[in-house]
Amino acid sequence: MSETELVGQRVVLRTDRRPDDATLVDDFTPDLVDVGAHHLCPGCGEPIAIRSAVECIADLGAVERTISVFGIGCYTAFSNNLDLEVLQALHGRAPSLATGVKRMRPDALVLTVQGDGDMVNEGLQEVLHAAARGENITCILLNNGVFGETGGHITATTVLGQRTKNTLDGRDAERDGYPILIGDLIASMGGAAYVARGAVNDAGNVARTRRMLAAAFDTQERGEGFSFVEILTMCPTGWFIETQEAPDYLADVIAGTHQIGVLKGGDR
Amino acid sequence: MARRLMEGSEAIAEAMVAAGCRFFAGYPMTPFTEILERMAEFLPPADGVCMNAESELEAIGMAWGAAATGARAATGSTGQGLALMQESISEMCTARIPLVVINMGRGQGDYFQATRGGGHGDYRTPVLAPSTVAEAVELVPLAFELADTWRNPVLIYGDYYLGHTSQAVETPEMVEGAVAKPWALDGTSGGSGHAKLLSSLGEAKQRDGVGYDLAEHLERAGVATLEMAAGVEPRCDVGHCDDADLVVVAFGTIGRFVRWVVKELRSEGHRVGYVRPITLFPFPADAVRQAAVGARSVAVYENNLGQMIDDVRLSLLGSCPVEFIGGLSMDSSGFGVGPEIDAPKIRARILAELERVETT
Repeated sequence: MSETELVGQRVVLRTDRRPDDATLVDDFTPDLVDVGAHHLCPGCGEPIAIRSAVECIADLGAVERTISVFGIGCYTAFSNNLDLEVLQALHGRAPSLATGVKRMRPDALVLTVQGDGDMVNEGLQEVLHAAARGENITCILLNNGVFGETGGHITATTVLGQRTKNTLDGRDAERDGYPILIGDLIASMGGAAYVARGAVNDAGNVARTRRMLAAAFDTQERGEGFSFVEILTMCPTGWFIETQEAPDYLADVIAGTHQIGVLKGGDR
Repeated sequence: MARRLMEGSEAIAEAMVAAGCRFFAGYPMTPFTEILERMAEFLPPADGVCMNAESELEAIGMAWGAAATGARAATGSTGQGLALMQESISEMCTARIPLVVINMGRGQGDYFQATRGGGHGDYRTPVLAPSTVAEAVELVPLAFELADTWRNPVLIYGDYYLGHTSQAVETPEMVEGAVAKPWALDGTSGGSGHAKLLSSLGEAKQRDGVGYDLAEHLERAGVATLEMAAGVEPRCDVGHCDDADLVVVAFGTIGRFVRWVVKELRSEGHRVGYVRPITLFPFPADAVRQAAVGARSVAVYENNLGQMIDDVRLSLLGSCPVEFIGGLSMDSSGFGVGPEIDAPKIRARILAELERVETT
């Protein structure tokens, strides 16, 4: 169990240090992530997703010609510790910046990293237009169904029934509307060449997601058009659950609506 | 050098390409549309890219991405579209990325938007306001040079008249950007241990024990902004002010009318002069103050309810009375082509102010 403390009448999960019963398995740091420490919450899925992406870039031998464009969210903590070139975008605007980058540097591998609040709320038109244009870039969505950075608020991908800080009784279709299945929407578009939805809740899904990322980058390298990988990531803090419950919550609640699989192109 | 009859939009577009602009993105909107049309025509043969962006938000985003690679990039619109671009303009100032924004306004109601901006944070953008097609051709390369030098967006503020007036102008000269851009992204620094970061949150990497420190970064960006404000040379066109009782201040198209009227009144013996600010930011405050020495009044003519008049008052610091003799003049289209923008009518307003000054 994670360590808790009593604050007033509430039992609070401590996240400022490793629980006493936890053991350090490995302190391995991937080559392209400059420092081992990050300040994201324990159990967050975003570092695994980002590590998967940078390892695919290394496997491709594209490290010295990659330009990545970051949105604004918790994952922005990684935009200044990657050993890849990074252009920081405004919230929602990464696909248009990546378009300008790719058009002027067609030989570069150009990717965006955005969360669901960034991509599906604030900048929905950007990713849809980039897909429709068949823009030869790879957009990566880290989808946890909440605004993690502000503390777990409803986004456009929050699934029905999901508790968030401002839908405490769960997302209610009548009151809050329905989630946007962005991967499925993009897969329906003409310019999208490769679309997949992965997850990082267990080793099998991490391996599968890495194959999806590799396929997306290959799509770009072959000049086939827009490629998109949606990655479901854990956010125990924003989901208000115990850290170790988050992978199962992802599988049972989030992936029940946002179903994992290759949605277009590649080997399904 | 060859002189050709060119419409303003065509001349501005040709001047941009000659100034090395290789990326343009825009969304059609009167009176900016023809600039986009011409860039779509001129850029591909020059090995450049022109994007028909799906919105103004994406237009400036695309130009931001292109500029980040070191290319000379531009976008544009009219005031309404510029309103949508404000977040990006201010953020690009903080991220220190150069860009040229062609702002073809409707009337002069966007003076505050251009010179103060509606974006967030502690930022400023130099604003160049040509009054003729020839002057626009001259200011376009300056805009790119200022943007590169100060790593900051620069606005060119024109209007319907500038875009749609045909004038014989010198064919824009090819110029090379002289400012090196070691910060520009090309991917090659990846894996070096110090891959480049171009961000409005800071450029320090965690590896160096720093990471994003907004206090440090915003302070540094603020210093750069102040250096730019002090380093960009204010420009203006001043005439007949030495013994003038009345100095008329006007910019852009209106400034061109005022200059003509003042010259006519001078030839008739009236003691009147003019100041036409060319840089709206930095505002040519010293020149305005100098021009008003000995004058009994300074009159401001703008095609709006009175916006630049604030800068005139700030320049004079109470040393001379300031009167507003302009006003909003629109036709039904709202494009800023109004019945009052007519030399005899402007002459009548200046004469009335001159008579008031000389009889009181």
